[in-house]
Amino acid sequence: MMFNANGIKFSYAGKNTLEDITFEVEEGDIVSLLGPNGVGKTTLLKCMDNILHPKSGLVELDKVDLNSMSRNDVAKNIGYVSQRGEVSRMTVFESVLLGRKPHITIDASEKDLRITSKVIDLVGLNDLSMKYIDEISGGEYQLVQIARVFVQQPKIILLDEPTSNLDPSNQHAMMHLIQKIVKNNSMAAVMVVHDLNLAVRHSDKFILMKSGKIYAAGGREIITPENIKAVYNMDSYVEEIHGIPIIVPKSYTR
Amino acid sequence: MSSEMDRRYRIYDDDQGLESASSKTYKGYVRHKNLFMLGAIVILIASIMVAVYVGPIRISFGDILKYIFTFGNNGFGRIVWNVRLVRIVGAVLIGAGLAVSGVVMQCILRNPLASPYTLGLSSAAAFGAAFSIVFVGTGSMITSSISVNNPFVTTGFAFLFSMFATGLILLLTKITKITAETMVLAGIAISAIFSAALSFVQFVATDSQLANIVSWSFGDLGRGTWTWDLFVFATLLVVVTYFMFRRWEYNAMDAGEDTAKGLGVNTERERIIGMILSSLLCSVIVSFFGIIAFVGLLGPHIARMIIGGDHRYLIPASMMIGAIILVFADLVGKEILAPEVIPVGIITSLLGGPLFIYLLIKRYR
Repeated sequence: MMFNANGIKFSYAGKNTLEDITFEVEEGDIVSLLGPNGVGKTTLLKCMDNILHPKSGLVELDKVDLNSMSRNDVAKNIGYVSQRGEVSRMTVFESVLLGRKPHITIDASEKDLRITSKVIDLVGLNDLSMKYIDEISGGEYQLVQIARVFVQQPKIILLDEPTSNLDPSNQHAMMHLIQKIVKNNSMAAVMVVHDLNLAVRHSDKFILMKSGKIYAAGGREIITPENIKAVYNMDSYVEEIHGIPIIVPKSYTR
Repeated sequence: MSSEMDRRYRIYDDDQGLESASSKTYKGYVRHKNLFMLGAIVILIASIMVAVYVGPIRISFGDILKYIFTFGNNGFGRIVWNVRLVRIVGAVLIGAGLAVSGVVMQCILRNPLASPYTLGLSSAAAFGAAFSIVFVGTGSMITSSISVNNPFVTTGFAFLFSMFATGLILLLTKITKITAETMVLAGIAISAIFSAALSFVQFVATDSQLANIVSWSFGDLGRGTWTWDLFVFATLLVVVTYFMFRRWEYNAMDAGEDTAKGLGVNTERERIIGMILSSLLCSVIVSFFGIIAFVGLLGPHIARMIIGGDHRYLIPASMMIGAIILVFADLVGKEILAPEVIPVGIITSLLGGPLFIYLLIKRYR
């Protein structure tokens, strides 16, 4: 699997939100999109799933332009978890099963139910599976949304702040699960993460964004105090504990 | 060891024979929903039987069954078929039609209080009928003592104006942006314009024309004929078939706009087609039978409370509950001031309002 974004440009109401965005994602990659608020990370994720259409540039999956694919075919290959899903009167099981929609022709098959059950089990939602989602917590609903995208069986998953409502323990558990599922099912993941330490701990690649452009892209080596200062306008230390870089903010200015 | 442990993360591998606890529980839950459907069918049939039995002329239950199953159309058979059944079948079709339109409108407009009436359809239909009565001189439909010149023209005008309102909303949303919010806002504006226009027509109408206009606006099942029932049935069949094919799309749209798009739904197209079909069905109903309020809200909300929001079950369940409500409301309308028959639109508003408030309190408390 190879995902390419070539020279993506996008603008809202005449203002350029994304400019000349070019990068590649390969099978097994876990990429964190980093950058301050309003820099265009969510817009970029939506362009990658053809939810928003770039003004110029090309988005390709395995050398096929997403614009030449039907909406359903895009959904079979690319899964997206939005920052804010809406809560309806469906049970957790039904809501996760909904992820099979792109693959369902008439009704959910035994295979669809099996995949849904497996994912519900892995995500730890077994005890809640028959609860209505308007009766569960925000964090639990975030688990439902992530479970739904796994059930969708895409080649690449795009997650917009997937752990923002989870406690620290669940944040790490979820990131670990994303890693395991991506690596074991020949997928890739691109996610917007605000917690730099969480991103560094669980991602292989990083894209640092500033003012709608890619400021730096690469492995852990790009997570330096200089780059963090340039992108977030924040002084920081980057220390290593047990071989894992830890970012400690020093001070910040506005 | 590690690869053995990692096997559990291979979520798409075919390992048949393993049925997890959640899958089993879900299948049990589906059985409950199916049982509920069966129960609703039984209640609907029972309501129909009671409604056929009740009337100013007492006909024994055995005779009623005989006339129904032998298509007997003479003597009391004529009363059973052409007075009672024609009305009850109308109630079933209208109740089901208004409820299914409500379900889809609430989904595509992301608004639990939405119905085709929200979009100004009933105001436009009422204006069309009033326009026809006053300026074309057609009179209204048969309702008790109100005279009739040409009911088909009145119905035709009501239908044309309600579809015209739908077209205006589509145009407005196309010019701006096809979102649930713009549709609802455009609907409120269109509704206000047609209400004002209706007031103007009422202002210039003569006393007898005014009586005709008011009489038309009462939703009344007494206007029904087998031809009109057939007309509603054909429209309902086409619309519900499409809605059932789109049940997964509606489930996805309930999860939010971006989530639905991410699951492969063309939300703009579904919103427009859903609105056109719901409006068409309601325009047919309103034009033939007048304004019948609350069924489009009560049917879906009761169904959603009992069996949840999965449209695979919600659509048929709402239809059955809508049908039961209207058959029951008509029965009440026929009995409380018998032999006078109160139009069913008045009963649904009288009973529906308090029932809806009760449901709101129960649901959100």
